[in-house]
Amino acid sequence: MPKQYFEDFSAGQIFELPDVPISREDIIEFSRQFDPQVFHLQDATPITEFGGGLIASGWQVCALFMRLLDDGLLLDSSCAGSAVVETRAWPNNAKLGLVRFHHEIFNQHRERTMMMDNAILFGRRSAS
Amino acid sequence: LNAYEKIAIGDVHVFGSHTFTAEAIKRFAAKYDPQYFHTDEAAAKNSLFGGLCASGWHTASAMMRLLVTHFDAEEAKARAAGEPVLVSGPSPGFDDLRWPNPVYPGDTVTFTARIVGKRISKSRPGWGLLSMTTTGVKQTGKVVFVVTTHAFVETGNAVA
Repeated sequence: MPKQYFEDFSAGQIFELPDVPISREDIIEFSRQFDPQVFHLQDATPITEFGGGLIASGWQVCALFMRLLDDGLLLDSSCAGSAVVETRAWPNNAKLGLVRFHHEIFNQHRERTMMMDNAILFGRRSAS
Repeated sequence: LNAYEKIAIGDVHVFGSHTFTAEAIKRFAAKYDPQYFHTDEAAAKNSLFGGLCASGWHTASAMMRLLVTHFDAEEAKARAAGEPVLVSGPSPGFDDLRWPNPVYPGDTVTFTARIVGKRISKSRPGWGLLSMTTTGVKQTGKVVFVVTTHAFVETGNAVA
């Protein structure tokens, strides 16, 4: 039985997710495949206004965040589907409930690198 | 007009198509989103999606690859024609990302963007923010992805 059902969430609850290191090689590997812009591939870039150094693709940060959300919360839950789905596209029944989240992602210096609001569908304990 | 000034609200860019294989769906999911409906065909049959489907971040990443390839090609075309070239920088983020329908193995998604906003940046002289809404539609006509992204672009001496 999963640990976390729809009924187990309450407004204001905070979940600390695990953290993950991201290496220069990780950044370049993802960027080569999905986001080959110069500032995601090279240590020194001509776009100095934004720091001029290698930065990770925002989509990689999103993907890594998803992994941490899975490992820290969703894999041991009744999570039934993707975040940010158009809720009216889903069957409106007593088996599912929608939970809204505000996520914050920090680097090792406690600087906030990303924020995201989304909604995730969970199965109801009463329907399991 | 420089490259920034030439951009008009409503301009459409067709990025092209990407076909998602079961293998690629599972490979991406194993690394970034190992929920069972993204990793296990048999188990996924009992999910809300009714079968294996791509992580939404896989769909977003595939879109980004086509976006970059498209604008690289546009840049090469402009250079060859001796026209001004748009220099783009990083993105501060996106809004209103939605995945209205799942992407299944074998689905081919075509991504098309429309320019929805441009403005001179107040905080970064010489740069502006370009906003576009990109939609991914699969071969059945169903919309599987919508997002509005923002990116810094060089404005040169543009004043608006």
